[in-house]
Amino acid sequence: MTVNPWVRPYVLTGGRTRTRHRLFVHTLIAVPDYDPGYSQRLPPEARALYERARSAVQSVAELSAHCGVSLGVTRVLIGDMAARERLIVNPDAYSSPYDPRLLKRVIDGLYELA
Amino acid sequence: MGFTNSPDRTPQLASAKIVVAGGFGTGKTTMVGAVSEIPPVNTEAWLTQASRTVDPETGGDGKMTTTVAMDFGRITMSEDLVLYLFGTPGQARFWPMWDDLCRGASAAVVLVDTRRLDVSFAAVNYFENDSDVPFIVAVNLFDGEQSHDPADVRDALQLSPDVPMVACDARDRRSVVETLTASLTHTMRRTAPPRQGRAEDRRAVH
Repeated sequence: MTVNPWVRPYVLTGGRTRTRHRLFVHTLIAVPDYDPGYSQRLPPEARALYERARSAVQSVAELSAHCGVSLGVTRVLIGDMAARERLIVNPDAYSSPYDPRLLKRVIDGLYELA
Repeated sequence: MGFTNSPDRTPQLASAKIVVAGGFGTGKTTMVGAVSEIPPVNTEAWLTQASRTVDPETGGDGKMTTTVAMDFGRITMSEDLVLYLFGTPGQARFWPMWDDLCRGASAAVVLVDTRRLDVSFAAVNYFENDSDVPFIVAVNLFDGEQSHDPADVRDALQLSPDVPMVACDARDRRSVVETLTASLTHTMRRTAPPRQGRAEDRRAVH
């Protein structure tokens, strides 16, 4: 499902391709204080992302896939809403994905699954 | 799950990522599905980076988006830890996408099918030469047993000796969990600071 397959991505993002936040595909996004009035005023793609993010904390990739908004556009729109503090980009808890404390937490979590 | 990370307390809300790579039909989707709490999101609607990628296979006519079929899964490990698995799109023309998926990954698993090793050459090559993400090779046991000598597989893939190779049944949850654990353990070993003595030995050789 794509929100609007006929509109070029650069139209949706005003020609921008980059954001201030570092957004990995697995970076978690949340809505701090849901505002229905704000949602109403958003264009369809941004509104879809905002509404979806409100339902549960989830990753950039999940938002993109479930809303049918391309990854590049999703990043820019999330960056916009985060700049206005409508969305929160979860800061990386660890400076590196190889941080032994992070690796150990995930390994421990996997042991519990097995 | 709230975003109430305090600077000096652990654990903090965190997400981690493991990339599952390999050629077409090696079992990436099956592997992701075996452990994911959501059905693997296989989406054709996910397009490559807006307005930067020109797809050579459409003749470079300025078409700015390309449909990518790829899938990912999610494992919520605790209230404050989520592990994501991302299967790479198989087609070579999506390599910019591989860079994107691998950025920030903790580990990678390259799946191989011993009946068709060649389809995974590109993935092995990518992680050996074009990516810093530590990887392991997992031989997918489609028929439940290993029919090839691991040494032969390693040889055929021209795998460097420091890349671990494990056997895996991509349909089996426990087996997949073990494979993922092996990949993270490898990362931990690979990225651990070298012990003083050994570093010095190496320097002495030169």
